Amino acid sequence: MTTLDTAPVAAPAAAPARAVRVWRTLRSSRAAVIGLSVVAVHVLIALLAPLLTTYDPIANSADEALLGPSRQHWAGTDQYGRDVLARVLYGGRYALGVSVTATLLTVALGTVIGCAAALRGGRFDDVLGRILDAVLSVPAILTLLVVVTALGTGPSVIVLAIAVVYVPQVVRVVRGAALAVVPQDYVTAARARGEGTWAILRREILPNITDVVCVEFAMRASWVVLLISSLSFLGFGADPPTPDWGLMVAENRTAITVVPMASLAPIIALATLVVGLNLAADGLSKAWGVDRIREGS
Amino acid sequence: MLSFVARRIAAALGTLLLASVLVFLAVQALPGDVATQVLGKDATPDAVAALRGQLGLDRPAWERYIDWAGGALHGDFGTSLVSGKAVGGEVASYLGNSALIALVTVLFAVTGSIVLGVLAGLYRDRWPDHLISTASLVGMSVPEFVVATVLVLCFSVALPWFPAVVLYGPEASVGQLLPAVWLPALSLAIVMAAYIVRMARTSVIDVMASDYVTTARLKGLSTWRVVTRHALPSALLPTLHVIALNVAWLVGGVAVVENVFNYPGVGKLLLSSVQNRDLPVIQAVALVSAVVYVTCNLAADLGAMALNPKLRTRGRTR
Repeated sequence: MTTLDTAPVAAPAAAPARAVRVWRTLRSSRAAVIGLSVVAVHVLIALLAPLLTTYDPIANSADEALLGPSRQHWAGTDQYGRDVLARVLYGGRYALGVSVTATLLTVALGTVIGCAAALRGGRFDDVLGRILDAVLSVPAILTLLVVVTALGTGPSVIVLAIAVVYVPQVVRVVRGAALAVVPQDYVTAARARGEGTWAILRREILPNITDVVCVEFAMRASWVVLLISSLSFLGFGADPPTPDWGLMVAENRTAITVVPMASLAPIIALATLVVGLNLAADGLSKAWGVDRIREGS
Repeated sequence: MLSFVARRIAAALGTLLLASVLVFLAVQALPGDVATQVLGKDATPDAVAALRGQLGLDRPAWERYIDWAGGALHGDFGTSLVSGKAVGGEVASYLGNSALIALVTVLFAVTGSIVLGVLAGLYRDRWPDHLISTASLVGMSVPEFVVATVLVLCFSVALPWFPAVVLYGPEASVGQLLPAVWLPALSLAIVMAAYIVRMARTSVIDVMASDYVTTARLKGLSTWRVVTRHALPSALLPTLHVIALNVAWLVGGVAVVENVFNYPGVGKLLLSSVQNRDLPVIQAVALVSAVVYVTCNLAADLGAMALNPKLRTRGRTR
């Protein structure tokens, strides 16, 4: 993803201008600020999890099973006597780690392919469009299940599966945005200078669709978090005893009347993270005016 | 215009064909030999080889694909490796149960979300809009299994109005399933509506700001008339596409919710067939979902064309 933040080499004034722009965006959009702060808090909690709790998220303790919230266990314990709060705090590591990696890979691949499709056009674009349509027509959950059963569970497989499912959608959005840039004179000029596809893509097109890509990232991240948790809930994602929010809901659902907090805590964690991501995506897209490009996808 | 329709349908068929190839290839890539799977680990190599021959697994992939696709065209999807029954009939009975959920979901989601979306759009930046927009943001941000769990907690545990799990198999009658349909459908509808509300809101705001709505207002028409006669028809156009996409999404969403409620639908079938490596069933379910998706998109495109005079002449441009 280093390609995304390439500042134009010939324009030294770009860096301060960008900072000003970011600052203006943030000041103009309360939603983006709230969303980004929520996500930042989640990231902090995930990083500092060992400092915030003294409990081991996967250590069983049979005589402390199914306790309600108390001074020792703020969110109670689950059926194996594991501290729910500790599991929720550590769960952020898994959720954020896997989904950020997956989203980075997906958006990076989608951006490159989408730009290439817009730039090359013609036969390449047509064939690609057909293939993507076909991939999109198979339900995401099925593709995920097939990839996971074929390659086994584990974070890297899930990252790959998510990429397979979401790259086509990112390609569509990015291609749409890039199509608006391709007819510009400076792209024609670059072509006339004889620059290669890759150089045009990196220097002329990418800097002009950075905002679309950023919004796509936030938006896609929220979908990825949801999808990963659904997969874990169904038993195809994280393997027990990994502290994962989707898995926690699945495990504690049966005892929901006895210890409601054990299900509620991961639900709250999951929902706040996704609300944060959605708010950030919404706020940024409104502030940058890219919501028109994205609509309907 | 007719040629456009024909081209659009041809493209849809092409997509389906390609999708069927992808599905076939993907399922072939699943590890584990089917014959070993069926006979168990202790089977003699001879027996495995014999079964492979019987199942036609020793033939090249493209030959098996043509066989499978040809059969699928006639509704013959082979026999299930687990139940030994014809896959076509099995999938059809599960699909029927899922269609019941889908129907109720779409009914709830579409009517509810269009009303809410239009309200939010008309009362832009006032309290009804803030309320509806916040609610839809939350609806978008919780996974289906969470909505389903919360609904079970409210309407099966706290207030025992609806069953929390379905105890019938795939052959249950509509009457037996009907009480169990509401909670799954409502969970799906809440998640689905969240997206449609946002779309409907944006397009209502766009249309209300357009010149012809201003003209209609200046003519002295009542707000009600301006909204229902001038604004709504064109505001709902882009919403149509989102609805179609969401119906296609249902096929996936249904998998999660049906498992929460143990509802004998196609989503549950999909999950159990993946667990059991029941390849013919996985292929059939995937193909049927692809057909649903492509049909929904086609219907949305053609519907949009029928409603929008501009699209009729220019053709679809992205």
